[in-house]
Amino acid sequence: MSLQETESSSAASSQSADHSVDHTPRHKSANEAAFYRLVEAIDQALETQSNLHFTVSLSGEDSQFTRFSQAKIRQTGRVQDGKIRITLMTGALEAASGMASEAASGMANEAASETAATEKRTATVTLPFTGSFGEDWALLQPALIHLQQELPDLPVDPHCVLPASIHRDQPNSHSREVCRESDGAQLLSESALADKVLSPVRALDFVGLYAGGVSYRAYADSAGRRHWFETPAFTLDYSLFGDRIYLAGKSPAVKSPAAKGPAAKSQAAKGTIAGRQWQPESYTQSIAAAEKQLALLSRPVRRVPRGSYRTYLAPTAVADLMDTLVLGGGLGESALRQGNSAFGKLAKGEAVLSDLFSLEEDFTRVGIPRFNSSGEIAPARLPIIQSGRWVNSLVNGRSAKEYNQISNGANRQEAMRAPAVAPGTLKEAEILAQLGTGLYLSNLHYLNWSDLTAGRITGMTRYACFWVEAGEIVAPIENLRFDDDLYRFLGEALLGLSDRQTFVPAVGTYNQRSLGGMWMPGMLIEQFRYTL
Amino acid sequence: MIGPLTIGQRTHKFPTSKLSIPESFSAEFLSAEFLSAVLERIDVPADWIGIRAMQETSSYRTLRDGHPQQNERTLDRGAMVEVLAQGQFGYSATNRLTVESLQQAAQQAYEQAIAASQWAIHRFTEAVRPPVTGYYTSPYQQPFNRLGVGEINDLLRQLCDRLKVSDDIVRTSAIARMHDIDTWFVSSNGSQLHQQLHMIESHLGAIAQAPGATQSRTDNGYLARSYQGGWERFADPTLLERATQIGQQAIELLTAPNCPDESTTLVLAPDQMMLQLHESVGHPLELDRILGDERNYAGGSFVQPQDFGQLVYGSPLMNVTFDTTLAGELASYDFDDTGTPAQKQYLIQNGILQRGLGGLESQTRLEAPGVACTRACSWNRPAIDRMANINLEPGDTDFDTMISGIETGIYMESNRSWSIDDQRHKFQFGCEYARKIENGQLTTVLKNPNYRSTTPQFWRNLKEVGDSQTLQVYGTPYCGKGEPNQLIRVGHASPACAFKEIEVFGGVDS
Repeated sequence: MSLQETESSSAASSQSADHSVDHTPRHKSANEAAFYRLVEAIDQALETQSNLHFTVSLSGEDSQFTRFSQAKIRQTGRVQDGKIRITLMTGALEAASGMASEAASGMANEAASETAATEKRTATVTLPFTGSFGEDWALLQPALIHLQQELPDLPVDPHCVLPASIHRDQPNSHSREVCRESDGAQLLSESALADKVLSPVRALDFVGLYAGGVSYRAYADSAGRRHWFETPAFTLDYSLFGDRIYLAGKSPAVKSPAAKGPAAKSQAAKGTIAGRQWQPESYTQSIAAAEKQLALLSRPVRRVPRGSYRTYLAPTAVADLMDTLVLGGGLGESALRQGNSAFGKLAKGEAVLSDLFSLEEDFTRVGIPRFNSSGEIAPARLPIIQSGRWVNSLVNGRSAKEYNQISNGANRQEAMRAPAVAPGTLKEAEILAQLGTGLYLSNLHYLNWSDLTAGRITGMTRYACFWVEAGEIVAPIENLRFDDDLYRFLGEALLGLSDRQTFVPAVGTYNQRSLGGMWMPGMLIEQFRYTL
Repeated sequence: MIGPLTIGQRTHKFPTSKLSIPESFSAEFLSAEFLSAVLERIDVPADWIGIRAMQETSSYRTLRDGHPQQNERTLDRGAMVEVLAQGQFGYSATNRLTVESLQQAAQQAYEQAIAASQWAIHRFTEAVRPPVTGYYTSPYQQPFNRLGVGEINDLLRQLCDRLKVSDDIVRTSAIARMHDIDTWFVSSNGSQLHQQLHMIESHLGAIAQAPGATQSRTDNGYLARSYQGGWERFADPTLLERATQIGQQAIELLTAPNCPDESTTLVLAPDQMMLQLHESVGHPLELDRILGDERNYAGGSFVQPQDFGQLVYGSPLMNVTFDTTLAGELASYDFDDTGTPAQKQYLIQNGILQRGLGGLESQTRLEAPGVACTRACSWNRPAIDRMANINLEPGDTDFDTMISGIETGIYMESNRSWSIDDQRHKFQFGCEYARKIENGQLTTVLKNPNYRSTTPQFWRNLKEVGDSQTLQVYGTPYCGKGEPNQLIRVGHASPACAFKEIEVFGGVDS
């Protein structure tokens, strides 16, 4: 069985963000209209107070969630939710240098009052957003009053960034990205969903989640910035298990062949499809590719002793690795400054990674909004690491102020939102031959830092992982724990990257459905370290 | 008036309420009685209908290095209407709390159930939603409004000052988060529940840095000090002293040697035992994992249905309970989110696995014993099998005796890293702080202490369990599982414990 077939599941499954977004003025959705009506009401409520500034951010969704197990439906339902977050800030913009010299000349009272006026305080409230102006304003209006009453009791916030005064016609002060089903985006209806998803897999042990619907994000502030993002989107994230051995139960829905032991029971192939339109052929291709992996997984399982092995990480495994590196690894300015980063040595120039490795934020291909919760627009592309060397940290407005840097529109956590690792030259058809003897890993699981500031990370292999000998897949493996140092496996041990990237969709649904994903190549690593 | 209902009494229709129902709810109108009256107005041909409404008001106060990072209040509220039709549950959740919206939600939930019923994994009946009435509230001594926002911020600033014991402390953080959560549950077969939870979660942390070294220390782990109760759970007499000790220990760790690589006797403090219990006992015992429902995300379990009542999970010293009756523990309650009354029950007794963590749905499907633990993180997620309070019962050994009986070993405190495989078998955990045990004494401080093992081997190597004097109670608001994903609050109480022949190791030598 060739490697190309096993990797094609990722290729077929990925529906990268298409670019049929509407940037021109069109009719507003009810939620968009309701949001701007609330912003207008806030503006009017506060307009007489020149020393008071506000930001408003919104996220919401109308989502279908259908959960599958054993090719049946476990739970199914719909969620309509929205949250609106209002931050009030007191304080004037910092004085110009001319005024400062006047204060220094002895006008003490004026200086004191000016200092008091420039001292900033920040208070925030988050409330439900239902899209009904009456209901939402009934909660928001008293909350605004409460915030104003609370502000004087709060300590000065030296890192507060007021919405800068900008002209409405300046670039980046407004954006509107809207995709509707009338644009061709079409999700599965709740009545058709079960049949479309389960009919092709009714004879298989299929487990997963369909999550789809309309998502919206928005931002507005007292300086006039206005951003609206709205899109339908879905993800179907699933696992196919090797045999209908799950589970011994009396339910008529469950077949019950004998269990074959823990190692065989846990062999599975992973698939994910995502996009703005359900395409049956993409799903069929994804299932077919996963079934081919299952054929390989049906071979006897090999237990590989702990040790160091040449390893190929498929793009989905690289995405699992990057998830931990770029979300919790500390690529942000604040983490670097506060000793909370795995990339400190790299950022200080005390270490370099392989010149094969380049990491960037790339918003051009992921279909997510570029504005952050302060209304700043991130650049379409931002290099973080280039040819193994540090280029940029992620900086939001607060960090920019605290550390005298320039903001690049990072989010509050200063985590990556659209990570992309540059491809290399390793041709897909040559991957197994280049691997030679070692491990082929489709996915990783439960990664965490065993020594954050040293860059050491641990995790498990999961799903379609194989022992390879002389360029041929021999057997699936019992799971292995790895524990290795990023300065090594992205440094001297990085042998190559595949010559194309695969889009790996974000499928998280904590609090709300995630949007976007990552573009990742595969990676060939020398002597990857396995410890259990 | 709606008459009282007793457990076991099943009715499909309530007496007509004479209460007037406002078209739109606000905080003062949300109640089990009003939701029951709304339920009365729902007209869908379902076998069973339930409404679970939740309102959470929270206050988040965070200072870093003495400066405010977050002063935020939040209000989240909504309702999930659940319908059982043709053996399948369907749900629809909305944050619009009007009569019309809830009626629409009921219709949507019904349509969801009907559309899915042909593909149902199991044909349920309303037996998995027993009728029940009741009320529960977290006991507390000092209400959250006892301190104003200015006072709270000032206290957190003082804590930051205490944490910064020297210029080598490059970051200090102090967090206090307060939550008031009301949950109402009503159903067509007579349930009428109201539970009010008051919770406070706190964190203190210091990062110390010197050339070539960075170490951090916290107040028993990130947000480990999470409890039900009031201000008394945070502003206790030891608070300022703990902050000073945290800063001092962060400095201490900068010059400490790495934990050695060896197989040895390992003593875990209660604030690491909480993570050990959580990952290697709590999650593997979740019945929905054993059923296979979590395999696409959180994973399965090495536990098989036939293991209940016979599997030797750990040494005979191992006694683990599901206990939602402890006042102050984070996940205490009287009823789970499907209305099942909760009680203290042994999950593992004298080392033998007794029952799993699963509510009535999973118990029915698996024909295995469980507990009242079908829980949802919020109104916008369906209830699934979750941990609540999972505790290791104390033994007989006091801490000094435990240590004095060890010739060589390692003692570890406060979790900072955790990783386990998808069957809950192979794990690796890391802690903030450790000390060598030499000839019955705690000696050299060690940095970057980690250990790895497999679950059954680890618990069978349990050699000593501390007495009630060593017992500490902790919690976390961040237990994650489920599809769609849910973060839920759980509690863990444990004494200190000693394990033999465990592989320990340190970090990267700088």
